[in-house]
Amino acid sequence: MKKTIKIGLSGNPNVGKSTIFNYLTYSKQHTGNWAGKTVENKVGIMKNQKKSYEIYDLPGTYSLLPHSEEETLARDFLIFEEYDYNVVVCDASSLLRNLNLVLQLKEIGRDLVLCLNLIDEAKKKNIFIDTKKLEQKLGIKVITCCAHSRKSLINLKNELINYKSKKGISNETFIKYPEDFEKAIEEVSTYLSKYDLNINKRWLAINLLREDKTIINKVNSILDRDIMDFELKEMISNGQKNLSFSLDEIDDVIVRTLNDLASSIYDDVVSEERVSFKERYLDKIFTSKIWGIPIMLLFLGIIFLITIKISNYPSEWLFACFASLEKVLFNWLVNINLPPALIDLLINGVYKVTTWVISVMLPPMMIFFPLFTLLEDFGYLPRIAFNLDGIFKKCASCGKQSLTMAMGFGCNCVGITGARIIDSKRERIIAILTNSFIPCNGKFPTIIAIITMFFVGLSNNFSSLIFSTGILLLLVLLGVFMTFLVSKILSNTLFSGYPSSFILELTPYRRPRIVKTIITSIFDRTLFVLFRAITVAIPAGFLIWILANINIGEISIFQHLINFVDPFGRLFGLDGVIVIAFLLGFPANEIIMPIMLMGYLNTGTLVDYSSLLELKTLLIDNGWTILTAISVIIMFIMHYPCSTACLTIKKETNSWWCVLLSCIIPTFFGLLICLIINILFKGLV
Amino acid sequence: MNNLSLKDILIDEDAYVCKIITNDAIKRRLLDIGLSFNTRVRPLYNSVSGGIRAYEIRNSLIAIRDEDAQNILVRKA
Repeated sequence: MKKTIKIGLSGNPNVGKSTIFNYLTYSKQHTGNWAGKTVENKVGIMKNQKKSYEIYDLPGTYSLLPHSEEETLARDFLIFEEYDYNVVVCDASSLLRNLNLVLQLKEIGRDLVLCLNLIDEAKKKNIFIDTKKLEQKLGIKVITCCAHSRKSLINLKNELINYKSKKGISNETFIKYPEDFEKAIEEVSTYLSKYDLNINKRWLAINLLREDKTIINKVNSILDRDIMDFELKEMISNGQKNLSFSLDEIDDVIVRTLNDLASSIYDDVVSEERVSFKERYLDKIFTSKIWGIPIMLLFLGIIFLITIKISNYPSEWLFACFASLEKVLFNWLVNINLPPALIDLLINGVYKVTTWVISVMLPPMMIFFPLFTLLEDFGYLPRIAFNLDGIFKKCASCGKQSLTMAMGFGCNCVGITGARIIDSKRERIIAILTNSFIPCNGKFPTIIAIITMFFVGLSNNFSSLIFSTGILLLLVLLGVFMTFLVSKILSNTLFSGYPSSFILELTPYRRPRIVKTIITSIFDRTLFVLFRAITVAIPAGFLIWILANINIGEISIFQHLINFVDPFGRLFGLDGVIVIAFLLGFPANEIIMPIMLMGYLNTGTLVDYSSLLELKTLLIDNGWTILTAISVIIMFIMHYPCSTACLTIKKETNSWWCVLLSCIIPTFFGLLICLIINILFKGLV
Repeated sequence: MNNLSLKDILIDEDAYVCKIITNDAIKRRLLDIGLSFNTRVRPLYNSVSGGIRAYEIRNSLIAIRDEDAQNILVRKA
């Protein structure tokens, strides 16, 4: 039988754990260049002839005393899980800071291997590390690595395979605290030796003396009894009394001891000639008072421009492919003698809706995601957060919200999950609830089509392209403005509180690897989002067909519904068809437009428009004006999140109440703005 | 006793940490990134929207809000 070896992969945020994990396990997890990219423990398998290795990619953590949810996940794994050994990945160019975590990991006594990553980058910065000496000083194996080179990753893999892990928990005293503290630790840990716990007793003693509630609770649940019995309580309070410093200062003493030790080890093993960072020149521009914001808008604008310009071609091609495939499928279904109604349901219901979603959604995603990912890998996102933090602070929310906002452009679900990087629960919920104000990829194609038809004109020249990108950018800024406004309102009402403290690491710029980025972002993001969209599109296609093809009296259920909500829609400058299309479009924003066409043409299936001109004529024939176009665009930006996003919100907040709020808030503002525009407009005319 | 806080240090001026005078969760976090006694800190940039600055701390670039920087007591070189 093959033996499985369990390995934890830990380290500070943004040191390249995920890149290493991907190589070792052949995963295609996307790696970003910002702290907090990995928010979940991920497991992958590495194999050779003899053994298989289970590798756990843990979220980045600065310390074993967690501040946020994803750090707690990492801490719980490292201390309370069973595993063979732990690989701590360090960024060679900021080893001094990384050593803090390494020392804490030494302290928990589990078998540890240090992987010194990005050693090439360090050399470029004139930082030289004596790894032999580092091995001696720390008493653990050190492997150097440069995660961008295959050769060095192969070497790392071999080293890990050949590594013989030590069993059990070491009890050596690696870090010496001041004498009075040591005495207390010694006494408590000796007392703890009566428990059969797979945790380093010294470490536990320190945390009992710190009175760390989360650790005490965790240990209690493992022991299934309260560890803090009378004798231990007495011992701890005595120990605390005899310290030369107050209980408040205990963390200071611990960290100062760790940092002093880290500094002395660092000075021994590293020789560096300080050079000014390359990033200083870039940062001077990206964070400059004059250029910071314009450059940010320029980057965003360029990405939109390219996405709009290119995605039409593959989209048309996909439509054509699916259309010819439809004929083949239809003939086959007729041949196997299915009843005509069922064929109609499958072809005109399920197949049409699903392929429509793919054709409209896939091309812009395949262009947008890689472009955005390049910007992300380059390290630009933390700069956005830095530039915008002042505004978020005024809204009493967290600057990191701009990171989740940026993720929202791709897909709101990604933005919502990404909110885990925000430490404060209050600010995290605000970030989650406001995420859908950022129009995602699924909304762009329709918004762009409406802009082109009603505002720019249908001439296909460069200036109209620039113009439509400009309008799109303005609409996005409206979404951003609403995010600020609603964050502000929420933090003054339902989720009141002060902005909490946080630190934001401005990670070093790295040259993105273009081919790799394109491949991983297609696999990891595009296909993932697409798969999710298809799973909701299939039942949606089913439902839409039923509604459109079953008649009550003279007309279909669909038409009944449209007629019923029509007066309500008119109030906001919309009409019945639009309202129903938004409601039925709950599974995916991409199908809202096709459902509208279905309603206008009174057909039983989704209708394709062969040209925008044709579409414009159709819409105008059905009473669309500039005002309708504006209202529809506003509703596109501000309505409830799609079904997948709602489920993600439920998962992240564990509260239906939050899901409800996240639906009500944008819809309310969308309708309100439409109402105001309509009243003003009608008053003027 | 000096009353200089990290917030008072000008851009591109070196300072050394004396004490962190807060007991919030942020303190532990600041300690974790290596901001302990006698660590050199240097403010590098202001944010466009204000209220936060980027500091060079132990070869990394870390942004800290002014409210928190105010609680970090420092001395000049």
